[in-house]
Amino acid sequence: MALNFLIQLLVNGLIIGLLYGVVAMSFVLIYKSSQVVNFAQGEFLLVGAWACWWLLAKFAIPFYLAFLLTLIFMIIFGILVQIIILKPLIGEPIISIIMVTIGLSIFFQAIMNWMFGVFTEPFPTIFNTESIKIFGLNVQTAYLMSGLISIFIMISFALFFKKSRLGLAMRATAFDQQAAQSLGVSIKQVFAAAWAISAMVSAVAGVVFGIVNGISSGIAFMGIKVFPAVILGGLDSVLGAILGGLAIGLLEHIAHYVDVQFLNVGNLIRIAPFYALIIILMIKPYGFFGTKDIERV
Amino acid sequence: MLKIKNIEVVYNEVVLVIKGLSLEVHKGEIVSLLGANGAGKSTTLKSISGLLKTEDGEITKGNIFFEGNDIIKSNPSDIVKNGIFQVMEGRRCIADMTIEENLRLGAHTRPDRKMIGKNIEEVMDFFPRLRERKGLSGYLSGGEQQMLAIGRALMAKPKIILMDEPSMGLSPMLVKEVFDIIKKLNKDLGITILLVEQNAKLALSLSSRSYIMENGKIVMEGKSSDLIENEDVKEFYLGGGKDNRKSFKNLKSYKRRKRWL
Repeated sequence: MALNFLIQLLVNGLIIGLLYGVVAMSFVLIYKSSQVVNFAQGEFLLVGAWACWWLLAKFAIPFYLAFLLTLIFMIIFGILVQIIILKPLIGEPIISIIMVTIGLSIFFQAIMNWMFGVFTEPFPTIFNTESIKIFGLNVQTAYLMSGLISIFIMISFALFFKKSRLGLAMRATAFDQQAAQSLGVSIKQVFAAAWAISAMVSAVAGVVFGIVNGISSGIAFMGIKVFPAVILGGLDSVLGAILGGLAIGLLEHIAHYVDVQFLNVGNLIRIAPFYALIIILMIKPYGFFGTKDIERV
Repeated sequence: MLKIKNIEVVYNEVVLVIKGLSLEVHKGEIVSLLGANGAGKSTTLKSISGLLKTEDGEITKGNIFFEGNDIIKSNPSDIVKNGIFQVMEGRRCIADMTIEENLRLGAHTRPDRKMIGKNIEEVMDFFPRLRERKGLSGYLSGGEQQMLAIGRALMAKPKIILMDEPSMGLSPMLVKEVFDIIKKLNKDLGITILLVEQNAKLALSLSSRSYIMENGKIVMEGKSSDLIENEDVKEFYLGGGKDNRKSFKNLKSYKRRKRWL
């Protein structure tokens, strides 16, 4: 029984880890292109989840349609945040921009509480079957969907940065802003794209968490949870963010297992990632995939 | 084609770097811009390409016309779209991208995306050396990076290339190769070139006309073949000159050399 429980937790950890990876990736996207540490990442999840919930509850449209509309809304939302709040700050010290993102986070939380109330709202039922049995393991349908979506997002990210014009421009901007500009890349466009994509991808994670646990401001806590993931992977590595997310997802579920089976302190699942964060910062402050400069020999 | 009229450039709102500079580049020419370190050559190029704004610089006076339009207010990406491409000093290849990705990046402003694959092949034909190298551009040698930087410029199909010290840090053999390439660009592809160089001798022999800058001003201009014979130029930039002119006091050009003493 204990073994079954462990495997169940590992599967959950893996899927949650994928979701962490997705959120961490969207966090890294902004950091890489504009060096801004976005403390309002969690609120992107929250806004996305509420937007989807609102569409479903208010208009009773099919889920896939609501989901699609949410993504479109989040793209616009991300661009608006960038244009209205962050663009005027270009050229200001990075620390003030980071402070502004903290402000944004508080602002959006308050607005969401005001618009939708402070109580947890369950998502309308989306899947007929709540969970599916795979090899004798119960996997929530929403998690299964999220796992597939996460993998899809990661593959499209990889292709986007390898092949597309905008993806290349974003990488160039991350590497050398002035050189990118000399090639005709518009920095404003790149920043706007980074925020738009980041907001959209975060919303996917937000919706999935909302489906599983209901929506409350607790979802925004995810934005803080990505820190262990990105620090573990290295702040500026997309691949590192994915692996970091997976590692943290697995770690917290293993911690949960140890907790339930042996320690009985409770809540270790929430705390363990941050212990990991402290330890990583002590022994490997740049993470496992952080910037390595290429030097010619 | 490109006409700079009496511009003044200020950095950080206090440092006056260019003090009333005018120059002109006609279609199909190679024009070189020479001068000592800190004379303002790179700043001149950056004011044309619009990159000045990224360094807190500002053009406070004058006009820059490209094919009749004033481009002083345009942003860098529009200027590239118009056909002006700056190959920056130090090459500035994106080190964590492959050669092909760098080249595709060069075509960023091109609307005809379908042609890009073919153009990459053309550039590779132009620089066979690049075809042989696989892997990240950060591991290329200096000369290969310079070729990649020029190839990347070609991908944008520019009308004029502003080249900032293409010979920097290259061995004499490679310098010659790079200069041959520049000549070929001009002759075979008809690209106009404004060249900033420290290697005055080579630059003068390559270009049809030249400007010499000092302290943010043009102090001399003319046909390169004339300048190469000019006594002052010979002495200050090419080395040598006549023996009896060693005393700086006797020089009529003493004034503009003052900062070297």
